[in-house]
Amino acid sequence: MTQALPAETLRKEVEPPTYVLDHLDHLESEAIHIFREVAGEFERPVILFSGGKDSVVMVHLARKAFAPAPLPFPLLHVDTGHNFPEVLAYRDATVERLGARLVVAHVQDYLDDGRLRERPDGTRNPLQTVPLLDAIEGNRFDAVFGGGRRDEEKARAKERVFSLRDAFGAWDPRRQRPELWDLYNGRHTAGEHVRVFPLSNWTELDVWRYIAREEIELPEIYYAHEREVFQRDGMWLTAGEWGGPRAAEATETRLVRYRTVGDMSCTGAVESDAADVDAVILEVAASRLTERGATRADDRLSEAAMEDRKRQGYF
Amino acid sequence: MTTTLPVTTHATTRSSTAGAPAAGHDLLRLATAGSVDDGKSTLVGRLLYDTKSVLTDQLDAVERVSRDRGLEAADLALLTDGLRAEREQGITIDVAYRYFSTATRSYVLADTPGHVQYTRNMVTGASTAELALILVDARHGVVEQTRRHLAVTGLLGVRHVALAVNKMDLVGWDAEVFGDIVGEFARLASRFGIEDVAAVPVSALLGDNVVDPSANTPWYAGPTLLEHLESVPVGTDPAVEPLRFPVQYVVRPRTAEHPDYRGYAGRLASGVVRPGDEVVVLPSGRRTTVLGIDRAASDGTVHEHEVAFAPQSVVLRLADDIDISRGDVIAAADRPSTLTRSLTGTVAVLAERTLRNRDRLLLRVGTRTVRAIVDDVVDQLDIESMEQRPAPDGLSLNAIGRVRLRLAEDVAVDDYRELRRSGAFLLIDEADGSTLAAGMAEAPDRSAGEGI
Repeated sequence: MTQALPAETLRKEVEPPTYVLDHLDHLESEAIHIFREVAGEFERPVILFSGGKDSVVMVHLARKAFAPAPLPFPLLHVDTGHNFPEVLAYRDATVERLGARLVVAHVQDYLDDGRLRERPDGTRNPLQTVPLLDAIEGNRFDAVFGGGRRDEEKARAKERVFSLRDAFGAWDPRRQRPELWDLYNGRHTAGEHVRVFPLSNWTELDVWRYIAREEIELPEIYYAHEREVFQRDGMWLTAGEWGGPRAAEATETRLVRYRTVGDMSCTGAVESDAADVDAVILEVAASRLTERGATRADDRLSEAAMEDRKRQGYF
Repeated sequence: MTTTLPVTTHATTRSSTAGAPAAGHDLLRLATAGSVDDGKSTLVGRLLYDTKSVLTDQLDAVERVSRDRGLEAADLALLTDGLRAEREQGITIDVAYRYFSTATRSYVLADTPGHVQYTRNMVTGASTAELALILVDARHGVVEQTRRHLAVTGLLGVRHVALAVNKMDLVGWDAEVFGDIVGEFARLASRFGIEDVAAVPVSALLGDNVVDPSANTPWYAGPTLLEHLESVPVGTDPAVEPLRFPVQYVVRPRTAEHPDYRGYAGRLASGVVRPGDEVVVLPSGRRTTVLGIDRAASDGTVHEHEVAFAPQSVVLRLADDIDISRGDVIAAADRPSTLTRSLTGTVAVLAERTLRNRDRLLLRVGTRTVRAIVDDVVDQLDIESMEQRPAPDGLSLNAIGRVRLRLAEDVAVDDYRELRRSGAFLLIDEADGSTLAAGMAEAPDRSAGEGI
């Protein structure tokens, strides 16, 4: 394989004999097209930004789509209150670097005034839906970019790139529009909004390869590090105020990394010595577990867990 | 179970820059089509399984459910099983997307269910596909649904067809059975204008000739199904197509660093563009030349490029300061699209609402949306006989037929058979925004109508 030349030296190259896009370039071009379609068709779009790798890649693509103009969308973070401090620091640094506007919806506010109640298992991921919908309504966002990928989960395999939601944020499989060619139909009425998934056709491996190629910086917890963890339901969880470990659960120090970043109470670490992006790619390629199967307790709740949450207006 | 194909463990980091010659690992979009019970889910499951695209937890779930249902072996069809909402409500959401990859190629597979709403589903899946994978049950041969699948494949301009003659184990691996089916299929395919057909005798259940070659078909010298998918040429050649660049968005930073920058963002629908090329902006008809082609590098800085080609997303800067906005098309000056207010095309109806004469709708082509009136439902295609017959009651869900539309404004459009992206259109319900029909334009009539 030849080492690629930087773009600016392309003009010195002889003309390419065939015009074929590498698959990552293809996915990038498709995602940029989607961002621009939304910018052209909607009044008040927003990007869901958690500091997780998929949302980081989204913001990277959005920035490329509109350069040299600044990012034309604000970012929205639904804060469960159980965040990894490294991820919050990363979030704030990114917002600062891009000069973007950040809107934060706090689950804690809802718990404090009784609009939401803590679950017995301490997991706050399912509690994000109400603050998310309120933030969408309160800010009159009409398009909400999410980092969901169709390879993640069965319910997502049938998700559209433009997914129409009613005032309750609900995803009604019967109302989803057929999506043909690259003609995305974003029409909606007042009170409705559209969830947009520019990474629909990316796989976990594609995301990592793109992160490597573009040299995108991620929160450090994605790479192997020593951490105090304890085991619950076959997953390594980090001790924290959210309610772990319980008396019978012993903590120990392990070399771990995170494959996904969510609420601390339900996001498990995997044992790994992959300390940089190339090592992570090798690990992901060789992995025999999906990232959600390995690390997300919320998807293990039932066979249709994701489908149920989507219907209730989850990401 | 063994497999000969490596999983994608190669770490191609920083391997290629868009615009450089192909780095090898490309992307093929395909759509599957099959009748009920011909084993399509099993075949798709087999492709995923044998390319090691199914991971342990997914397989565990499949094995658990298979046991619960009293099956002895894991039912690979469960890998592509539907949502609970679909099972409970007896509906099927049109298309599910599956992903697998090999050392040479990544695949996006549009899995379309072969039930009553076949037309809607298959049209949707085929719209982005470069290859249609059609299944035939070896015991039943070419059936009515095969004909429909081929008709839709031809209509949507899918250039390559792979025929999987499935359940060969149930006909004793009989070469003659296979040969007869392939002969009949190829005759039909050529009637629908499909030239490239490859046929493979398979057993999806047992895995023969899907990924691994079969010992049961010594009379078959061709590639396995996956080997064939690996070798199909991807995409059309942008070099022979005229430039079509639907403008999505005008980039105007108005920052201290870029006070006067003005660029037109879009994705090339077809063709190639270079600085200095003469272009025409449609519908205004103003001519100008391309000054620069910009794309952002990974650090967000913008770089000029000497060439861009379909389907790249770029920003074009033009020599003259002319009024251009979203919905316009920048086209090759020597081979522009036709401007028209009267459009005839073949449509597939995707919604419950019947399409009738004098309906008022929205037409979406490229990035442009205009109001339209159905002047005439010309005819309906009878897929059984492949004949066109009158459609006095309009076109209802899943029907395919020709309509003539009158448009409120001039629209730049191409013959779908020549340029897929700029000949494709949607008909949209103005009241609730739903997508009513997918359309494929005929060579447009240059004589502009009277408008609405």
